[in-house]
Amino acid sequence: MFETWELLWLQNYWWGIVSLLGGFLAMMLFVQGGQALIPAIAKNDAEKTLLYNVFGRKWELGFTTLVLFGGAIFAAFPLFYAVSFGGAYFAWMILLFSFIIQAVSYEYRTKKGNVYGSRLYETFLSINGYLAPFLIGVIISTLFSGGAFIVNDENLSHWMIATRGLEALSVPFNLLGGLSVMMLSRILGMLYILNSVEEDKITRYTVKKLRIEMLITVTFLASYATWIFIIPGLTVENNRVLIEMNRYFHTFVAYPVSVLAPFIIGLGLFLLGGLRAKKSGFWCAAAGTVFMVFALLFSTGVGGAPFYPSYIDIQSSLTTANSSGSRYTLTVMGYVSLFVPVVLGYIVVVWKAMARPLTHDEIKNDPFSY
Amino acid sequence: MDLIDWSRAQFALTAIYHFLFVPLTLGLSFLVAIMETIYVKTGDEKWLSTTKFWVKLFGINFVIGVATGLIMEFEFGTNWAAYSWIVGDIFGAPLAIEGIFAFFLESTFFVVLFFGWNRVSKGFHLTSAWLVAIGTNLSALWILVANGWMQHPVGMNFNPDSMRYEMGNFWDVLFSPVAVAKFLHTIGGGYVTAAVFVVGVSAWFLIRGRETQFARRSIIVASSFGLFASLFLLLSGDESAHQVAQKQPMKLAAMEGLYSGEGRAGIVAFGILNPDKKVGDDLPEFYGDIQIPYALSLLGYHDINAFVPGINDLISGNEKFGIMSADEKIERGHAALGDLDAYHVAKKAGDTVSADMSLKAFDANQSYMGYGHVTDALQTIPPIALTFYSFHVMVALGSFFIVLFMVLLYLSMTNELINTRWALWITFMSIPLGFVACEAGWIVAEVGRQPWVIQDLLPTMKGASALSTTTVKITFWAFAILFTTLLIAEIKIMMSAIANGPHIAQKGDDHV
Repeated sequence: MFETWELLWLQNYWWGIVSLLGGFLAMMLFVQGGQALIPAIAKNDAEKTLLYNVFGRKWELGFTTLVLFGGAIFAAFPLFYAVSFGGAYFAWMILLFSFIIQAVSYEYRTKKGNVYGSRLYETFLSINGYLAPFLIGVIISTLFSGGAFIVNDENLSHWMIATRGLEALSVPFNLLGGLSVMMLSRILGMLYILNSVEEDKITRYTVKKLRIEMLITVTFLASYATWIFIIPGLTVENNRVLIEMNRYFHTFVAYPVSVLAPFIIGLGLFLLGGLRAKKSGFWCAAAGTVFMVFALLFSTGVGGAPFYPSYIDIQSSLTTANSSGSRYTLTVMGYVSLFVPVVLGYIVVVWKAMARPLTHDEIKNDPFSY
Repeated sequence: MDLIDWSRAQFALTAIYHFLFVPLTLGLSFLVAIMETIYVKTGDEKWLSTTKFWVKLFGINFVIGVATGLIMEFEFGTNWAAYSWIVGDIFGAPLAIEGIFAFFLESTFFVVLFFGWNRVSKGFHLTSAWLVAIGTNLSALWILVANGWMQHPVGMNFNPDSMRYEMGNFWDVLFSPVAVAKFLHTIGGGYVTAAVFVVGVSAWFLIRGRETQFARRSIIVASSFGLFASLFLLLSGDESAHQVAQKQPMKLAAMEGLYSGEGRAGIVAFGILNPDKKVGDDLPEFYGDIQIPYALSLLGYHDINAFVPGINDLISGNEKFGIMSADEKIERGHAALGDLDAYHVAKKAGDTVSADMSLKAFDANQSYMGYGHVTDALQTIPPIALTFYSFHVMVALGSFFIVLFMVLLYLSMTNELINTRWALWITFMSIPLGFVACEAGWIVAEVGRQPWVIQDLLPTMKGASALSTTTVKITFWAFAILFTTLLIAEIKIMMSAIANGPHIAQKGDDHV
């Protein structure tokens, strides 16, 4: 089937897959949100242990999604992979470091012989809990605000600022994006606690906290979305990259089905889940996050528009057309992508099979618990 | 050290750390699945506690393997951006496929293997154990397909307009004989490493006179598995060497310290290299060595009379055997790059006739393109001592493990194992050797192919990101400190968990 597609379609399809993976990655940040919240929500050691075990059974999925996200970009948009990772070096490295320390911390936190004591591993989890969502938000924002790169005739790239990606932190728009994703992850984390913990004291406190933080989150998200609609963006005409005012607003209107609808539905589901503050709220808000982030990412590159602007040389900006893999590779990978529903299928089966709420007793009696 | 050295140092550092944990994961996942299968078949609770003990160690190792693996996925972009663009169209695909087909399988079912004992049915749990094993091994498959392609690039075409290689045939990439041999040999190495680990830990229990039943069971399963895997390792090693002889003759020459090529070439079983030996001089290659006659010709070409080219032949050429000199390859490489430039100039000027002509001329020499970046023939020789000694350490250890497993099986069957203290001590002391053998094998594969990142087509120095040396130094030391810190914790936790033994069905004493 993919052989007969036009190249532009294949590139759009793959930008869609990458955007969808970005959406799932944002959703899985509920684990990070939880990690950041545990010190505030848990009032004693038993509660702390319970909550670390609740989130500790889900961290691998987010981690794996991050790996797949990198792999998909490498395979489908190798120039983006080269420009972004090789260019915004420190931004990515700090993000990766925060995930590396996460991977060992759940398992090693309470183990005898862990050398540095539980405190260090809990600090690692907090660092990852705050930093990963924030940096992912900042990096997503640079797809709107741009990067400091040039691409030469041989398609080799250079980053023009020595801070190597950290300069993104000096742009207020990026900071707002980072804070928005961080708040998003906290809301999802709290909803996940309501979804999978049946301890009155914890849930009561969480509901109270959720209401306050929801208010902040909605303010952030609304400001972020508005900002996106009014900033200028780039567009391609006759192979030349031009500046277009309100570019993203125009894109949202021009793609009512693939961008506008998922964004509005996503926002609606997220608000519904967050405001209801019930057991099922997590799934509602999680699906909303996937839709919302998908729409935002997809809007940057759909239709061959520059999805990664360069503010040093706008002609160097990356589009799905100039950064993609060959037609053959995109076709092969198209068939591979058909396997994604199978993966989602068995993840759902396992998630459901393991879903019974955790209790203090089970943790105490399970030699494998964290 | 310049940027390239630091970039290589960082890649080597992170890969060496990652590869400390991978082999154990590859093999232990299968051993755990086998033990759990015995438990489900027999219903014997002792097998359950045996399984759980090894699952626990598996988990401690698994998470740090995952942690160190993350950077490997992204480091091609961060530190080898030029490489990522030039070959990303081929190289990126297996990495992405690994994510979809393998890594999700591992991480999803790992949770069941770890926490599902009382949450899912026995059958579901057992299936999960096997799926984790299959997932980890599939993961290795796709990574080694990618690596195999770097060692022997196939199934692609160079696109002169975008200045990169593009995939032409996915099946050629997947079923490349180098990739297949590499995959089989690497997972075989993982199985043997895990088997050595399990018999070593079990021997410790027997030395201390603790948990003898558990330890003897574990030794029988692991040494049978290890012996079987060793034979598999031997066969895949033979095929790997055969592939290297055909595709990377310079690597083979370095592995054997062979300067002057010869027919009926022998393998050096043991040798001390002469460090003063240079290309083309008359000094002896070794201070002393013991050779197995004919073996190298047989191994490399499956023919005892076959001529095996040495480093001198590959540098200066050897007309009799049709071997081109490195200088001629360099000349052809320069011609290829020159024609490519001419093509671009003509294309820009709209001169399609000249552009076509330049492209035709380029095609004639494009398989030597990488040599166009080489300034001196001697640059095409990999570090010989490191490659030679690593190869011989690997082979010696592999042979030793075969003997070790046979002795353990014999002593187990004659019921003399517990009383044979020397065998137990040797087995215990061998725990690190499996890891040493794996790392040595990795060094042979990766150092032995220098200066190429893509054999003959792209030298390593042309693949790096345009970073400042200071930038890479910062991350190099950050990785060195972080990974070492985590490794210390991993080893200590592992030792505590081992000391606790298999009888901790109740939680408590292995936690802080």
